[in-house]
Amino acid sequence: MTRIIGTVMHSTKEYVCVMQLHRPVPQERLLEVLKMFEGEVYQRPPLRSSVKRALRTRRIYRIELLEYDGERYAVLRVDCDAGTYMRKLCWDIGLILGVGAHMRELRRIRTGPFSEDSGLLVRMQDLAEAIYRWKEEGSDDLLRRVIVPGELSVCHIPKVIVRDTAVESLVHGAQLAVPGVAAVEEGFGKGDLVALLTLKGELIGLGRAEMPWNEILESKRGIAVKPARIIMERGVYPRAWKKKEG
Amino acid sequence: MTEEYDATSEGRKFIERIKAVCGNDRKLHFKFDEPTDPRYGYVPPRRPLDKYINYGLIVLDKPPGPTSHEVVAWVKKMLNLKRAGHGGTLEPPIPRGRGAGIS
Repeated sequence: MTRIIGTVMHSTKEYVCVMQLHRPVPQERLLEVLKMFEGEVYQRPPLRSSVKRALRTRRIYRIELLEYDGERYAVLRVDCDAGTYMRKLCWDIGLILGVGAHMRELRRIRTGPFSEDSGLLVRMQDLAEAIYRWKEEGSDDLLRRVIVPGELSVCHIPKVIVRDTAVESLVHGAQLAVPGVAAVEEGFGKGDLVALLTLKGELIGLGRAEMPWNEILESKRGIAVKPARIIMERGVYPRAWKKKEG
Repeated sequence: MTEEYDATSEGRKFIERIKAVCGNDRKLHFKFDEPTDPRYGYVPPRRPLDKYINYGLIVLDKPPGPTSHEVVAWVKKMLNLKRAGHGGTLEPPIPRGRGAGIS
């Protein structure tokens, strides 16, 4: 499951950040410059970073100016690729504005499908309380509320639901053929990343679609999905294929 | 030891719950609308606790101050986990927003 969480975390993120300008600028100029940073940006990871410091590009989908006091503080909402440095962004905005700027405060408000208002946000004290209740009072009800099934992380990934009879062969590395598909989520195309789920909603793994969703629905045979990463362990579902003689 | 339950409709409901997390309203189209056998696997919320934790995640509101690595270490210790990961530490010494996953 840690592997799948990696996929979620490598999707887009959303931040609210406070940028401190070193000299005031007209608000129209600030808006103009923010607009320039939407799209592809070049960033070199900072000295203190946990990744290789090579120049790389990241996409910024949207920068919204939430507030500007007309003096030194601007509050921005930034929707961007994972791995975009907000600190660098603020610094670069300052350079283009010609007055200099740096990041004062940062809060991530969304990672992949998990936004602040998804109702899933847990505080450290909630977790501590849940563990106390479990260990001292013998009830796992709170623990089951603060921990959620990892399956929720594939919310935004198009889903292919697999019939019971095809699950175990997928887990053994086979491709998913059309007759093994129970259902598809509408909208994906050939080559898109899809999440493979059982009819119970258990995550089998991730794969690449070999046909668009509607073709899977209409076809009788052919390969529907090539597995990319399988996380379900073997032996959960029964084998449904025949052993070859000899 | 498997208790009898309506795995098919619970499974369907759980898949809708997955989609609801991020407001995904794309429809599911059924090719084979058939039941799933409750004897194999679990609708995820029904997993026994050890499995539930191992296949689980916590969307944690990390307090400013401790690093993500530190918070993950605490959570691991609190739950006696062997493996835990988290999403996104690019600047380790700087307080980040939120989002830790355990596994």
